[in-house]
Amino acid sequence: MATVTRGRQQRIRIHDGRVIDPASDVDRVTDLYIAGGRIAALGSAPAGFVAEAEIDATGCVVCPGLIDIATALREPGQEHKATIATETRAAASAGITTLCCAPDTSPVIDTPAVVELIRLRATHAGKARVVTLGALTRNLDGEHLSEMAALRKAGCVGVSNALRPMVNSLVLRRALEYAATFDLTVFLHPLDHALANEGCAHEGRVATRLGLPAIPQAAETAAVAHLLALIEQVGVRAHFCRLTTGRSARMVARARFDGVPVTADVAIPYLYLSENDICDFDSDCHVLPPLRTVEDREQLRNALQNGSIHAICSDHQPHEPDAKMGPFPATEPGISGLDTLLPLSLRLVEEHVLELPALIRRLTWHPAQILGLPHGTLETGASADVCIFDPHRTWLLDNGNLRSNGHNTPFRGWEMKGRVTHTLFEGRLVHALQP
Amino acid sequence: MKGANLQIDSQGRLRHFLSISGLNRQLLTEILDTAESFAGITEQAVKKVPLLRGKTIVNLFFEASTRTRTTFELAAKRLSADVLNINITQSSATKGETLLDTLRNLEAMHVDMFVVRHVDSGAAHFMASHVAPHTSVINAGDGRHSHPTQAMLDMFTIRRAKGHDFGRLRVAIVGDVLHSRVARSQIHALNLLNTGEVRIVAPRTLVPAFADSLGVRVFHDLRAGIRDVDVIIMLRLQHERMKGALLPSEHEYYELFGLTEKKLAHAGADAIVMHPGPINRGVEMDSEVADGPRSVILQQVTHGIAVRMAVMSMAMRSRQEGDE
Repeated sequence: MATVTRGRQQRIRIHDGRVIDPASDVDRVTDLYIAGGRIAALGSAPAGFVAEAEIDATGCVVCPGLIDIATALREPGQEHKATIATETRAAASAGITTLCCAPDTSPVIDTPAVVELIRLRATHAGKARVVTLGALTRNLDGEHLSEMAALRKAGCVGVSNALRPMVNSLVLRRALEYAATFDLTVFLHPLDHALANEGCAHEGRVATRLGLPAIPQAAETAAVAHLLALIEQVGVRAHFCRLTTGRSARMVARARFDGVPVTADVAIPYLYLSENDICDFDSDCHVLPPLRTVEDREQLRNALQNGSIHAICSDHQPHEPDAKMGPFPATEPGISGLDTLLPLSLRLVEEHVLELPALIRRLTWHPAQILGLPHGTLETGASADVCIFDPHRTWLLDNGNLRSNGHNTPFRGWEMKGRVTHTLFEGRLVHALQP
Repeated sequence: MKGANLQIDSQGRLRHFLSISGLNRQLLTEILDTAESFAGITEQAVKKVPLLRGKTIVNLFFEASTRTRTTFELAAKRLSADVLNINITQSSATKGETLLDTLRNLEAMHVDMFVVRHVDSGAAHFMASHVAPHTSVINAGDGRHSHPTQAMLDMFTIRRAKGHDFGRLRVAIVGDVLHSRVARSQIHALNLLNTGEVRIVAPRTLVPAFADSLGVRVFHDLRAGIRDVDVIIMLRLQHERMKGALLPSEHEYYELFGLTEKKLAHAGADAIVMHPGPINRGVEMDSEVADGPRSVILQQVTHGIAVRMAVMSMAMRSRQEGDE
């Protein structure tokens, strides 16, 4: 039997892997059949299926391609950092088949033209699906509503003001109402910019010792409370992006319990790092919102475990080396996260935070639900977006195996466990690990 | 720069001088003792020693300064070094050139030591982790983080006035601790030298979060805060912080936290009064106090030269011996 040809839709049999599809509660060693870019069957071959190629997944996990809610692709506008081509290629090698890009590109995603440009570039690169969030306000100015109906028609899966401030509560209320009119999910970054006061580190012991301008916990919790009140009033479907404190995770869980239609995600670095990691001014740990306390880190893990946080994302923010080369406050915030999304997530299984199927659910099915996408599942008829990884394979993260253009990661030198061996996107092989 | 202590070489000697935190009591004492020997020289008619002859020191100031830069310059000249002063303020046309580029360009001129002041916390650490191996970096103030030579000249002043045993001293630091690199360095130095009690006195808006984790007792009342102390260190209050959300007015600050002869009566009978300068008379303290018999403010300035000579010569010594 022939091996799979890269980039072409074939009839493929993936055999003897541990197939985990949380959406359909599947977790067993079996075969997966792919034809015409879609999942053809699970278990036994559909009638008349003749495989053109096979993948031996013995010892590996076969799951839906990962869906990353937060990926900065840097295109358009900051191509010196990364491009859609470079980052979708990195995503493919990391088992990620769908990326969601925030509207704070340059120009901002506030017109159908920019949505179209990103889609065309992604289609041309052909390595992963890129979906976009439209701007909640024009040019993200926080004052004028964007043409949300047009953005939706152009394909935006939701709207967001990214990390730009919405100073006026009345404008925010109206923006939420307008989004709700068109059944758009609003993606909210809870940060009170006045309280954040241009800080660059969590207001805690480390920032006090290092004299770094600090962002208090209340910059997030006050924003969550404020937003929850408006979300409840308006009745809009909302998603909280990048929670960093245990308290805000509890507030969102409480609101959800009360019937408010909210979900939340956490970015993987916040589950491993804390304020202590910036103690020698390590600019690779400069992120916004800031790394919080060790207690917050544990509480975020609990929230992930008990379901108050629904999805894990990479919060991928690739930078050129110069962006991180300077005194801590003067460097640009963000971590390059595509390469480490899966292996760091798998550590949560090792550390007994989540069972493997529950973890995969938070990397596939849940983000698909949040984005309103018919992906993140291996059910028959679904797009054949498949990630195959060897959960036992260990490797060391270094500059040589970082696939993203951004090498800005504090996890360099960490031993990773779990390596993607194959990625299929729409039934085409877009990544195969060199043996 | 991860993990390693940039400031100390493999033999435990001072390599760079970036912050008090990361050093040990022995090194602080060595700095003070060395400064003591230089203090003698600066009081002589011929004030020069040839310790750094042929060495080039660049004062690289990204933030305005008169006192600190001048005393660093004098210290370097009294050590017979060649000194270059470079002032790069935010407003000047240097935008676009990164700190690293500035550093590399100057390094190409074979500089032996950088004395750097910068608006960003961590700037001196950043430079120290990128300079050529034979070059030393002395922090002359970085953001709100650290101003270690100021702290050491303050320790020197306290030691001269109060003797070597810091264990029996109570020290109160009064004012804007939140934004003060001087206070952070002083607190670290005082604690490393085993000071009996370190207090800070300020309204909540000027006290950093978790201040107690720095090893201080926090007071919000000046009289209670300076009661029976041996040393009072007043901090400078920046003008732009006096109006707005941190403090309601200069007037109320002076009423509550300004040091007057009357309030000074609550301190120990022979308490000394210090201030890193420049003083806002009538805001942090009365002229009566600033110019009074308890004030050692001008001695602090004089001691600044000896302490900076000590730090510069020690850092260079580690280089020269390291080269052999």
